[in-house]
Amino acid sequence: MIRYIGKRLLMMVPVLLGVIVIVFTIMYLTPGDPARMMLGAGAPASAVEELRETLGLNDSYFVQLLRYIKNVVFRFDLGQSYASNKPVINEILERFPKTILLATLSVTISVIVGISMGIISATKQYSIFDKIATSIALLGVSMPTFWAGLMAVIIFSVHLRWLPASGSYGWEYWILPSLTLGLSSSATIMRMTRSSLLEVIRQDYIRTARAKGQNERVVIIYHALKNAMIPVITVIGMRFGALLGGSVLIESVFAISGLGKFIIDSISMRDNPVVQGGVLLLALSFSICNLLVDILYGFLDPRIKSQYSISRKRGWRRNAQAQ
Amino acid sequence: MLKRNKKTKKGFWHDAWYRLRKNRSAMFALFILGLLVICAIFADYIAPYPYSLQDYNHTFEFPSRKHLLGTDNFGRDILSRIIHGSRISLLVGFSSITTAIIFGGLLGAVSGFYGGKVDNALMRAMDILMAIPGMLLAISLAAALKPGLTNLVIAIAIADIPGYARVVRAAVLTIKEQEYIEASQCIGASDGRIIFKHILPNCLAPIIVQATLGMAGAILSASALSFLGLGIQPPTPEWGSMLSSARQYIRSYWHMTAFPGLAIMITIFALNILGDGLRDALDPRLKN
Repeated sequence: MIRYIGKRLLMMVPVLLGVIVIVFTIMYLTPGDPARMMLGAGAPASAVEELRETLGLNDSYFVQLLRYIKNVVFRFDLGQSYASNKPVINEILERFPKTILLATLSVTISVIVGISMGIISATKQYSIFDKIATSIALLGVSMPTFWAGLMAVIIFSVHLRWLPASGSYGWEYWILPSLTLGLSSSATIMRMTRSSLLEVIRQDYIRTARAKGQNERVVIIYHALKNAMIPVITVIGMRFGALLGGSVLIESVFAISGLGKFIIDSISMRDNPVVQGGVLLLALSFSICNLLVDILYGFLDPRIKSQYSISRKRGWRRNAQAQ
Repeated sequence: MLKRNKKTKKGFWHDAWYRLRKNRSAMFALFILGLLVICAIFADYIAPYPYSLQDYNHTFEFPSRKHLLGTDNFGRDILSRIIHGSRISLLVGFSSITTAIIFGGLLGAVSGFYGGKVDNALMRAMDILMAIPGMLLAISLAAALKPGLTNLVIAIAIADIPGYARVVRAAVLTIKEQEYIEASQCIGASDGRIIFKHILPNCLAPIIVQATLGMAGAILSASALSFLGLGIQPPTPEWGSMLSSARQYIRSYWHMTAFPGLAIMITIFALNILGDGLRDALDPRLKN
């Protein structure tokens, strides 16, 4: 297992290098001149030119790219923000905890709601509850999260005056954003839990467990759920990544000063180093999250664990042939 | 002999259509989508007012008989703007998914068919794209390109390519081992012919399902990008940008926010139901 984790960590290195190249290239191609932006429209051309020289903006693409990679990899230096002149890494890390808090709260809500609704729906398939729950879940999947957030503000802040609409000053400010994000992603988790559990319930070993007179509760929780969890965990991992990306929208709806809102604000100010650094950090957290999901697989499913004791590639090829 | 074959030949697609037709919710979704397409095509005739007609005597009006969904800050009829907005949303959804399928499908087919180094290189490239959360990638691409319809389509399409590449690759891997592929290789068919003539038509089913669900996702991303000011710019009527301009009036005029969002939700809902129905119809084994 440790060898497998080590291998996965090593595989992350080229992926993350690739991400750095892509993010840098996207920002390099962005139109507009940061130097002109920093100095204002009225600044003399010579001053702009001088600033371009000091920022290294006049160097060729490859020189700039290599310099960026070198700084990021060896010194964790993401450059300086054009807007505030402070190191990007500090600015980002200052705001990152809020994004992580929002994502964690929402994932917790969506896991609790999604899995329990999924279990009830699957065990009582085609009942009234199942029909209502699956329809609500489908509606939830179809709702744009930012719109759900706006509607929540209209209902709970403007009309009912129960909760604050924007900002992040105390615990009550987190309720609306995390419920909006959490409930909307619980729909995906609920649908996955339901379909995966329905498949497992039809297996022979569940029939065996029931036939030996086992309590239905124990059958569902110990025999079925553990085996049904594998696709659900993939979805939860993917949702976490989607939440990190989606937090960009929810943070700007609820004016939470997290990393997502910072990225959007920096895009409009053409503060490239901040955008690059922010996207990189979110992509890194997403990759770590996927890694954790893969490791969890091994613990949940012994079949997968044994597969990784042989060479990974050989396992793949064998699977492809078996199909 | 040939005649009888034709008569009894009720192929896979025929069966699938039969199964889909029996699925009432999927047919309902298809009906709603049909209505939306009609709305988009004949928007000029269906909409009660021109979408850009400003009426400063009737700004911020709540829904009434004259303006079914009310008016906005310029006194423009919201219903008419939503009807015209369906054009952009459907267009963006359809063209970005088509673009993503063409490129993703080709990459996936080549990768799955040739295997080895090509496969490895292409899939690692896809891994890199997938390491950036999709929404975030679309946001940074949209920021790098200038705002506008074409660039919005490009931004969403690029973020979607890895998903299709993976689906097609997986399908190709299973089909590649079939005997009829071996047979056509034996009679000397070129790789291109095998891929386009024998492999891709046989993995259409998962592609169609993925495309329907993907179009829902693309419309959602398009409205999200426009909401952030990175997609379609006002005054063009687009659901996301309507929401973006409604935001500052959220405290007093709920109708400006509620209806464009509802339009997005109904469209996505219909696409999701149709996607689920198509999956059941095209792969009956999966049905629970």
